[in-house]
Amino acid sequence: MPAVLSEPVRSHFPTTVNTSTAGRPDFISIQNFSFFYGAKQALFDISLDIPERQVTAFIGPSGCGKSTLLRNLNRMNELIDGISHSGDIIIHDHSIYDPLIEVISLRKRVGMVFQKSNPFPKSIYENVVYPLRVAGQNAKNVLDETVERSLKGAALWDEAKDRLHESALSLSGGQMQRLCIARAIANRPEILLMDEPCSALDPIATVKVEELIQELKSEFTIVIVTHNMQQATRCSDKTAFFYLGKLIEFDVTSKIFSNPAQKQTEDYITGRFG
Amino acid sequence: MSDARNGNLEFQRTYAAKGEPFVWLTAMGLAVGLIMVVALLGIIISNGLPVFWPSRVLEFQLKSDISNSVPQGGDKIVGELVQKRMKRIPVLNAQGIKKADQTELQVFVGNKDTYGLNFAFANQDDIASVTEPKDIYRIERLEYGIAFGYPKSVKLANGQSVPSTNATFSTVLAQLCAESTARRHEIENIEKHEIGQINKQLNELRISQKSDSQSAEKLSALDAQYKTLASKASELRATQSASSLQYITPTGVDRSLAIGELVSYTQPNRLSTWERIVLFARNFLNFLWENPREANTEGGIFPAIFGTFAMTLLMSVAVVPFGVIAAIYLREYAKQGFFLQCVRIAVNNLAGVPSIVFGVFGLGFFVYFVGGSIDQLFFGKYLPTPTFGTGGVFWAALTLALMTVPVVIVSTEEAMAAVPRGIREGSLSCGASKWQTIQRIVLPASLPGILTGLILAMARGAGEVAPLMLVGVVKLAPSLPLDGDFPFAHLERKFMHLGFHIYDLGFQSPDSEAAKPMVFATALLLILLVITLNLAAILTREKLRKKYAGSAF
Repeated sequence: MPAVLSEPVRSHFPTTVNTSTAGRPDFISIQNFSFFYGAKQALFDISLDIPERQVTAFIGPSGCGKSTLLRNLNRMNELIDGISHSGDIIIHDHSIYDPLIEVISLRKRVGMVFQKSNPFPKSIYENVVYPLRVAGQNAKNVLDETVERSLKGAALWDEAKDRLHESALSLSGGQMQRLCIARAIANRPEILLMDEPCSALDPIATVKVEELIQELKSEFTIVIVTHNMQQATRCSDKTAFFYLGKLIEFDVTSKIFSNPAQKQTEDYITGRFG
Repeated sequence: MSDARNGNLEFQRTYAAKGEPFVWLTAMGLAVGLIMVVALLGIIISNGLPVFWPSRVLEFQLKSDISNSVPQGGDKIVGELVQKRMKRIPVLNAQGIKKADQTELQVFVGNKDTYGLNFAFANQDDIASVTEPKDIYRIERLEYGIAFGYPKSVKLANGQSVPSTNATFSTVLAQLCAESTARRHEIENIEKHEIGQINKQLNELRISQKSDSQSAEKLSALDAQYKTLASKASELRATQSASSLQYITPTGVDRSLAIGELVSYTQPNRLSTWERIVLFARNFLNFLWENPREANTEGGIFPAIFGTFAMTLLMSVAVVPFGVIAAIYLREYAKQGFFLQCVRIAVNNLAGVPSIVFGVFGLGFFVYFVGGSIDQLFFGKYLPTPTFGTGGVFWAALTLALMTVPVVIVSTEEAMAAVPRGIREGSLSCGASKWQTIQRIVLPASLPGILTGLILAMARGAGEVAPLMLVGVVKLAPSLPLDGDFPFAHLERKFMHLGFHIYDLGFQSPDSEAAKPMVFATALLLILLVITLNLAAILTREKLRKKYAGSAF
């Protein structure tokens, strides 16, 4: 039986109301989380609190599990057969694995930007409003307003406002990635996951996206996976260093990069391995 | 020894290493394929197109010693040269058996009513001289095909006669011919449509089996209408045979042709090149747009073109949703594993089942079971005359759709698998459900691949004959599946098909030699039709590809 037919009726992920200006330090709380691809364990007993409306960077050598952890935050790993996990991930007091919560409503609250920009083969406009359309929103004024807000939010409005109905595939690589960011923030998620968003971009486009991350910080809780140490220093408030599926160190970014507590972290950031 | 090894190394460096022999092998494979396609098209075109070209009529004067040996009688053969061919005849002479080559001419002499045969054969050696008779007419008739002859006079309805030497002869004949054509269309209209309508109403009345005064009144009114129309038609028919064309065949037989039987006439040896081209185009168009005559060996093939087109279109409409839905389940929802592999293999093997088996299945399932049930449920009053319970264009389309559905399933599955994982994840991360992702992202991006499947399915479906013979194709369909009568589309009707037309003309007609050019012309049209349909699909696909260009990153 396909999974989609056997799923029980579930409620929506509870939405939070942002009343306080100071964010919660444990907005996302990862608790003793282990993750397996079949028999192979990818993550080992990770506990980590991600603060609200700040940028948290995941760093570490390839295959250390940082992307796996990121993709668990919106349960994107569930597309793969034979996965399992233990422990829990709590977003704003609610477990994302609560069987009463629908994965779709979780993903509406947790936007994601991928390593390779992945615009849909549709117009720029339709790309941005896609999250609204699949949520059943078709009112033109709402869509128009969203397109303008999101493209401005993703610093693409000035370049794209005159060609909204052209194919998104006619944009340059950097513009495409910013379009994907605009799409990810269109439905006002609370959390924005970024999986090496700049790895396929040239330096100028990278700077633009990094500036964008700083601006988006005021509104979204951002988790970013990066290979680029400088990028982590430039944009993040807190940094987690992973190695072989284990969380080695998690602290304020400036401390990680200036005075790491662990020898492994120091070796990695100074380029001695990895 | 070392020389041999050096040579071997040398060879590896020059040929094997570069892969040159394999490049040649692949090129040869393509060349053989291309040559076969080009040769096939060449044969069909070179045999099919000359049918429409007005060729010259020749007069072959035979040598006196073999005169009267031709079945047509006389000492000459008059007609169009069809072909020359070599004949090898064993000849017995003093030295024993020797083989002598002879060239034999095949001449289309027409006048089947007089000669009994359409063709005459003569050895090249027996021909004394060849001339072109300037004044000969080529007369196309409703029955017995073409006649060659010299007009003597036109006998008018009032008993007057206009001899061919008269200056007004050609205008009189042209006018009579045009009038007769108009009358013929009128008769056809009355008999086919107007009387057809009345018959339909009469039939309805008979089936309703009401015997009240109202229906009796209606019955008599219809009867009266029928009688007026019938008498009008017979009056017209009488006019058709009132005047006639008197002509003499090249061998000197006097003939008379009722003007109603006259379809058209030309003087093939007086035509200029330009007139020939115009006539060629007109013949071709007539072939496209006219109904067949004379057991399909004369006239046009419009019903067959239309039937093929309608059937292929219906098949496409049926096969695409069916195939795409099946492919979506197979690719996206079904649990991949051993059982699914078995299902895939079974689906692929379905494409290898002989098409006649699909025909038998279509007859048993669609026609007798589904059609029979529909008849009992909705058309009970017409029984025992079947409506859907007999072969028809709808059942034929469904049968072919079943036959071609594996192609669509396979190509759709491949196309869906080729949609990049990145954009699926992008869609899911936007909060789209799996179904929304398939519907809004995966399916549109797979459309070019789906169309490729449709193109292959159409090419196979349009050329298929065997299963159609069981589920609805006929030699001559009285009406098209689409006409002005409510409900306009008559999917239960039997239909004509170009492929079956080829089979029927080539192998079932009384004079297959005379029908041979028509077979080639029909084959040419079938190919043109398939190309047209495919071209439409290919252009749509290119448009879509452009739209989704770059989506395969």
